[in-house]
Amino acid sequence: MLTQGGDSRVIEGLDREPIVDLDEIRKTYSAGSVAVEALRGVSLRVDVGEYLAITGPSGSGKSTLMHIIGCLDVPTSGTYLLSGQDVSTMTERELAHVRNRRIGFVFQQFNLLASLTALRNVELPLVYAGVPAADRARRALEALDAVGLGDRVDHRPGQLSGGQQQRVSVARALVNDPDLILADEPTGNLDSVATRDVLALFDELHASGHTIVLITHEHDVAARSGRQVSVRDGLLVLGEGIGNLTLSTGVRG
Amino acid sequence: MNPLETLRTSISAILSRKMRSGLTMLGILIGVAAVMLTVGLGQGAQQAVASEIDSLGSNLLVVTPGSSTSSNGVRGGFGSATTLTLADANLLADQNNCPDISAVAPIMSSSQSVTSATSNWTTSLIGTTPGWLPVRARTVTSGRFFTSQESSDGATVAVIGTTTASELFTGSPVGQSVTVNGTTFTIIGELNTAGSSIAGNQDDTLLIPISTFAERIASSAQVGSVSSIYLEASGQSTLSAAYQEAQQALDTAHGTTADAADFSIASQASLVQTATSTSRTLTVLLGGIAAISLLVGGIGVMNIMLVSVTERIREIGLRKALGATPAVIMRQFLTEASLLGLIGGTLGVIVGVIGARLLPGVISQPVSVSPVATVGALLVSLLIGIIAGVYPASRAARLAPIDALRME
Repeated sequence: MLTQGGDSRVIEGLDREPIVDLDEIRKTYSAGSVAVEALRGVSLRVDVGEYLAITGPSGSGKSTLMHIIGCLDVPTSGTYLLSGQDVSTMTERELAHVRNRRIGFVFQQFNLLASLTALRNVELPLVYAGVPAADRARRALEALDAVGLGDRVDHRPGQLSGGQQQRVSVARALVNDPDLILADEPTGNLDSVATRDVLALFDELHASGHTIVLITHEHDVAARSGRQVSVRDGLLVLGEGIGNLTLSTGVRG
Repeated sequence: MNPLETLRTSISAILSRKMRSGLTMLGILIGVAAVMLTVGLGQGAQQAVASEIDSLGSNLLVVTPGSSTSSNGVRGGFGSATTLTLADANLLADQNNCPDISAVAPIMSSSQSVTSATSNWTTSLIGTTPGWLPVRARTVTSGRFFTSQESSDGATVAVIGTTTASELFTGSPVGQSVTVNGTTFTIIGELNTAGSSIAGNQDDTLLIPISTFAERIASSAQVGSVSSIYLEASGQSTLSAAYQEAQQALDTAHGTTADAADFSIASQASLVQTATSTSRTLTVLLGGIAAISLLVGGIGVMNIMLVSVTERIREIGLRKALGATPAVIMRQFLTEASLLGLIGGTLGVIVGVIGARLLPGVISQPVSVSPVATVGALLVSLLIGIIAGVYPASRAARLAPIDALRME
């Protein structure tokens, strides 16, 4: 198996299953009488420890792809194996569990609850995981420390800058120690300084072994990743900027 | 997510929307308090009427004359006839005729100006016999009531009510004298205080022997007749027997039949029934208005909850994205809606109870707290809040997280 990037675990030949294994995923939305095909047969694998960037112009279907990877949406057809498990057979409860324990989300709009402090926001996934209160506070503090906001734990989102809010949401994505971090245009609403901070954070996370899938339409953001794939009109096309991307592993079909 | 955590989340959600939560609770509060007070007002009136009639005396029957028909065929109102006489009263008092009647009090009455040494006062002058005291369930607090002897001899003695006494005299009235219609009476006793009833102030009265009334006070039309006869049955169980004995004795004496009697006998129960049926209509009317106000309040609460949940569909989507199951989301909104309903409802009950205490002082109407209305109003408002809060939340909880997140 040929792989791209510096994933030592794969290079060492540990025969691990990919975290994400999409096969012929299609997604059709019906807007009134018109059916819109957002994804028209996408196959993609993401290996453990990878830092993958999905690029594409707006409307290309890249967000839909990420929502399906993150179990926020279900495909119309095709199979999606998450660490070998078929997501389509999971119940609503099991899906909630997957979103809670195995996936950490970072949204373009941050999606923090305005009424809660940074600490309480970061605690939310732990609350749904049933972690006891004392443990929760400790782990949330650690996560906030890790993103450099140890001194802002009692601030509400409205009292934080955009970059700080996005770092809170990264801390929230990290706090349950997920297998996969999904970021949907995480720098889309940030200025260049904040963008640099957040991307540096992703670099650190990747270096410490986290698997990251990031969606962006900015080339310099995508360039930070280990591998890029591009979505055009609901189909994957060859990665841009990286010549030696191997079609057979990274992109199938 | 354990119940404590759910509660904590709900409380923080309520606190973070103080205005909206406050308005929701206000709607419930007003609905519950309005139902409590309006139903309480109706029931209070009903109870007051019942207790006033109770205070007339227990096991009471009242015989009143029928209507008179003049020579040219004009029929007067009930009680206008002069068909009841003192002889009738004596007949009813006869234990051989009417063994189940324990006390008889014939009444002659008119409104008269009463003059004391220092002032004068118009009061209800009643001529009666000593039977009046047990029949009306009254007592004499100082002095004594007149005797049967005085009652038949036309003695010029009088027993006075407390209101009349305080209008005419400054100290104790017993031993003082008053003048009515040119006759001077010596006050020999003072009645206990009975308060006001539908029949007026029961303490504003002057009692004199019935024979004295007939001789010195009664107008020529009144002479020989009495305006009513009060009867007391010997017990609750003999009330209907007493009723029949009185009916028979009077029919025999008057040569009439029960269908065409020139008098009528009303029992206390029938008086209560007549009076309470009127106030029950009032209660139903007030309750209906209250129910409408609860409904309108409920629709307001529904509206606020609906908007509040719709605004929070994004939050629901986010919570789902972070791992909340639909059941957890439902529990959170159920807890929130129940808390709002419970707090608002409890405050409504408190306002209702306080209102029921303060209102009688303002409108001089008794207001009772009805447990049925209270619990009913509380349940209805809770139910409205929960349905209005949980229904849209359950729909949102079933959406795919991303659809909820996209909702603006």
